[in-house]
Amino acid sequence: MGDSHSHDLSRQVKIYLCVFIALLVGTLVTVGMYYVHFASMTVTITIALFIATVKGFLVAGFFMHLISERKAIYAILAATVVFFASMMYLTVYARSATPRGTVFYGDPKATNTEKAKLSR
Amino acid sequence: MDIPYTIELRRDTGLYNAKLGVWLFLASEVMLFGALFSSYILLRVGADPGTWPHGLLNIPMGTFNTAVLITSSVSVVLSWAALKMNDFAKFKKYQAVTLLCALGFLCIKSIEYRDKFTHYEVWLTNGDRLTGHIEGSPWFWKTATLKAKNLERITFHPDPWHYADEDRSRPGQASKDKAGGHPAHVEIETAKIKRLSAFVPAHGTYFAIYFTLTALHALHVLGGALVIGYLWGPGSKLWQTQPERFTNRVEVSGLFWHFVDLVWIFLFPVLYLL
Repeated sequence: MGDSHSHDLSRQVKIYLCVFIALLVGTLVTVGMYYVHFASMTVTITIALFIATVKGFLVAGFFMHLISERKAIYAILAATVVFFASMMYLTVYARSATPRGTVFYGDPKATNTEKAKLSR
Repeated sequence: MDIPYTIELRRDTGLYNAKLGVWLFLASEVMLFGALFSSYILLRVGADPGTWPHGLLNIPMGTFNTAVLITSSVSVVLSWAALKMNDFAKFKKYQAVTLLCALGFLCIKSIEYRDKFTHYEVWLTNGDRLTGHIEGSPWFWKTATLKAKNLERITFHPDPWHYADEDRSRPGQASKDKAGGHPAHVEIETAKIKRLSAFVPAHGTYFAIYFTLTALHALHVLGGALVIGYLWGPGSKLWQTQPERFTNRVEVSGLFWHFVDLVWIFLFPVLYLL
């Protein structure tokens, strides 16, 4: 958390309360969205994760004071982002570059024998 | 010998050591939860149609728990601000709210777990599948339990719909048969049961990853609450002798707590709503 002067703290407390309300509203919007049936699942997933990301930024930015932190912390986080993104890329890569003969549950090309093998 | 840089800032990082340490720790935590999230994605996209449960978790309860965790997050940051303003009494009040919220979160989560341990899916030999509750709400029954208890039949209270069913107007049954009303209970002969499982990790990939993620998160809540509880109770004596060092400790524990909140912010929509 940043080095704040005490006269700024009262203002910061008001910001914390505003963020708190925004987080509650974000939660209600996410849940409300569940009951609205969008045309596709992709739209639903995109909106839900977008709201979650905004909420995440609010918590990290204001409660964890990342909007005004030291360079050392940004450096740590930048390295984390690189490794996290690499891991997610590997996840996607694993779906498209698997050894020959690998069959997934959802693969429509899988034969019944292969599906039965997976069900064991 | 005094531990260096507990209050004063290091020249190279501009931070006191505990703060640098907790951020490094949080970076490793991002990778831990990130690995589990990527596992979730692989399992989710690899699941056959009709095998990924939807709507089995209690959304109002999950929403309330999210609000509880958000409240605890704001009370943590307010308690730190109170210390910065030299108001120890306010710090105590806010951290008491945090501890109550942590306890509340764990209680609600355990109620949700209990509901899953008494909620069942039955695979019948004719291919039909039913979800619901067994009379008497026993815990952790499985196919072998029926044989061990030498039961000839069970009384089953089916859910209004089955998770694999897109048409949710039918009872909790996934079958090719489109007929059916809403029976309060059905008698099922155990000879006709191919498999019986409560919604435990062994039920399938969804509950395996659900319990892994939420239990790991709950352990973090418990760990964070223990640290905050210590700083609220016996650890708060440090305020009398070294107020700045104490404030830094509260800040570091708060950073961990916000991370726990952050993880839940993503877990909630992914597990409960999508």
